[in-house]
Amino acid sequence: MTEEVVLFWACASLALLSAIATVASRSAIRAAVALLAHIISLAGLYLTLAAEMLAVVQLLVYAGAVVVLFVFVIMLIGPSASPPRESASVVSRTLAALLVASTGVVLVPVLWRVGAAAPEIVRCAPSEVGCTQFGSIEGLATGLFGPALVPFELSSALLLVAIVGAIAVARGRHGASEKKGAESPGSPDGGAGRGASHATGHGAAGHAGGGHG
Amino acid sequence: MSIGLGHYLALAGVLFVIGAIGFLTRRNVLVNLMSIELMLNAANVTLVAFNRWHPNDHTGQVFAFFVIAVAAAEAAVGLAIVLSLYRLRKTVLTDRANELKH
Repeated sequence: MTEEVVLFWACASLALLSAIATVASRSAIRAAVALLAHIISLAGLYLTLAAEMLAVVQLLVYAGAVVVLFVFVIMLIGPSASPPRESASVVSRTLAALLVASTGVVLVPVLWRVGAAAPEIVRCAPSEVGCTQFGSIEGLATGLFGPALVPFELSSALLLVAIVGAIAVARGRHGASEKKGAESPGSPDGGAGRGASHATGHGAAGHAGGGHG
Repeated sequence: MSIGLGHYLALAGVLFVIGAIGFLTRRNVLVNLMSIELMLNAANVTLVAFNRWHPNDHTGQVFAFFVIAVAAAEAAVGLAIVLSLYRLRKTVLTDRANELKH
């Protein structure tokens, strides 16, 4: 029991500090690394909650995919991913201060006193067949592939749509015009010329908008 | 001293508020997306903690699993939009994404 308490306090303090670092750091890459530390400490918290499988999924998906995706985008954008000057409006500062005040005064002091120690979990012996322990792979799978089977299959469709959508949005007009240009040299004046003029017109509009901003 | 359910809930509340503050006060869209991830993770902590105190089935952990899947999809699409915005305006500040305003 006592090592769980130690792990909770270590992971909770690390999660708090790294969350503050994520939000407060000027540089985007430092925020991404702080997010990585936050995710690892949350995986430790899941271990104290007897959710071993979920801790592994957290490390695989968040630390292995999401943070790497963030770092890739920061790398693609380059130095302007961390602009030197940014200022928040009065409204959002007031809202943030209200959130801090309401949480500090109401939520935390009330929640801190809730609840007793966790109920004991039935531990399975390694040799025991047919015993599913809480939080193990088998345990999570019985919940996932039993009552939650349809949402699980739907989530695969969601991920596929997200992949296709992310590629379509990130590639943008640039890839489409390149494809048109590659097809065009055969035809003397086809849709390619029109496409090019279309693209330049959009570029000019974008520049004008930039001048206004 | 033992760790109660309230400890986890209070920690998750504080983490959620930190994420919300980051979303409200930062103007860097990358940091905004990271703040959304902080908030989703805080919600996950409450789900897993409630499941630990009601260990008859794995509903909370399954919910957290789906939240992780949705968060991954959201990060992919969000970062694609960030790249698109950067290509259009050469900036990652949300204040500069004001083309519908003028």
